[in-house]
Amino acid sequence: MIVAGCDIGSLTAKAVLMKNEEILSTAMIRSMPKPQDSARLVMNSALEAAGLSMDDILFSVGTGYGRSQISFVDSVESEIACHGRGAWWNVPSIRTVIDIGGQDAKVIRIDEQGNVTRYSYNDKCAAGTGRFLEVIAEALEVELEEMGDLSLRSTEKVNISNQCVVFAETEVVSLINEGKEVADIINGLSRAMANRAASLAKGIGVVQDVAFTGGVAKNGGVALALEVALGYPLKALNIDPQINGALGAALIAQENLKQQQAST
Amino acid sequence: MSIVAGCDVGSLTSKAVIMKNRKVVGSSIIKSKVKPQESADKAMCDALSSAGLGFDDVQYCVGTGYGRNKISFVDKRISEISCHGKGANWLIPTVRTAIDIGGQDCKAIKLDGTGKVENFVANDKCASGTGRFLEVMAGVLGIDLTELGACSSKGRSPITFAASCTVWAQADAVKLLNNGTPFEEIGAGINAAMASRVAILVNSLGIAPAICMTGGVAKNKGVTDALEKIIGHRIQRVRKADPQLAGAIGAALLALENMNGRGS
Repeated sequence: MIVAGCDIGSLTAKAVLMKNEEILSTAMIRSMPKPQDSARLVMNSALEAAGLSMDDILFSVGTGYGRSQISFVDSVESEIACHGRGAWWNVPSIRTVIDIGGQDAKVIRIDEQGNVTRYSYNDKCAAGTGRFLEVIAEALEVELEEMGDLSLRSTEKVNISNQCVVFAETEVVSLINEGKEVADIINGLSRAMANRAASLAKGIGVVQDVAFTGGVAKNGGVALALEVALGYPLKALNIDPQINGALGAALIAQENLKQQQAST
Repeated sequence: MSIVAGCDVGSLTSKAVIMKNRKVVGSSIIKSKVKPQESADKAMCDALSSAGLGFDDVQYCVGTGYGRNKISFVDKRISEISCHGKGANWLIPTVRTAIDIGGQDCKAIKLDGTGKVENFVANDKCASGTGRFLEVMAGVLGIDLTELGACSSKGRSPITFAASCTVWAQADAVKLLNNGTPFEEIGAGINAAMASRVAILVNSLGIAPAICMTGGVAKNKGVTDALEKIIGHRIQRVRKADPQLAGAIGAALLALENMNGRGS
């Protein structure tokens, strides 16, 4: 009983293959201009890793901002439901999921069964999303991947006073001109990101355990600042936090398949 | 005979106005430099030489704008809101609502018959709805900021931007250009997006006619026309002086009042 979950995000596309409640393979690529191309490529990559072909998949679910444009999936599901389900399956004690993707930030509350009870999200403003980090990484000429480590190496507190990405970018350039250290600026940025996510989370109430998912969760600087801003520790997942949405999609695919089989 | 000066050091441009008996006898608009003091010096020197006067001829000088606290030569510093209100009243005596869009902010000011501020709302937190939005978007289109206004009369079917965030609109515009959308249609959409954002701010203050628009964006016909349609009121065109000088004119008028001992 092989199922697939495919999460087409704005910056990256992810796929997870599962067999009888176990992960067979995962794949992640940088998104292509057309969601359909991203979906096909990332699925092929996951299939190859598992030594399977498209015909072996009995049910697949698509999610992410490009989900409506994937032709091969059997159904689509909201990112909210997928992220909730993925984190709960991975660590059942999770009650709050904070997901920061390339173009949005979401906070999801789930019950003991992994069902979504409340959620809140921002996709209207680039501040507090992965794009914020991207823009500033470019301005500072550092790699996105090294930002977390740089943030943790900070020795002096530098605050970023602007929330708006456009204004913050200018502020960062003048901080550099003032002679501030790159690590200190990035640490200020991490705290700004974390505070934004924390206020989104506090808006719907935070219940432990808390999971941090999405690409930004791999940034240790933001994760540490988020723990401080929330006043709670973050519970680590046993998977790459960036594939959580695709995992949730695969889990929902499995449930759908079971229902389908039960009704026929 | 009284000679007074107003100096408005903004984020993108700096302006100076020399007034003699409440008439503008010299003015200048320059691109702001890194240091506000240098911007102020240059703007004042240019304005004085256009009036054929020297620094010693100025009896009283008021500084305004975001860099006002760093100008050494002024006799007094006054907030932009007060200066813009006063300036708008001098430009159009019947004005009750002054909308000023600067390089990094947007203000809507309610005035009494003498140009005194009754109430105001401002946005300097988000780049959307400020001159910076137009600057960034003109950059994407590869055109000069002054060419953006004309797009609204040339673009046959203006595109609609899904989000007001400058960062997202920038990404959308890049995609549209790559898909071969004519830049006039994107430009027309940019002007419309700008107007709708400004309208939200103006409506939150409440509109009392007559209405005028000042600041650099007032020179963009696409934005002013679109804004008139949304708010359902005519916007008086400023002809007495360059609308970008409103703050500096107000500062000069307040300099005169202060010199005569009427100011607070």
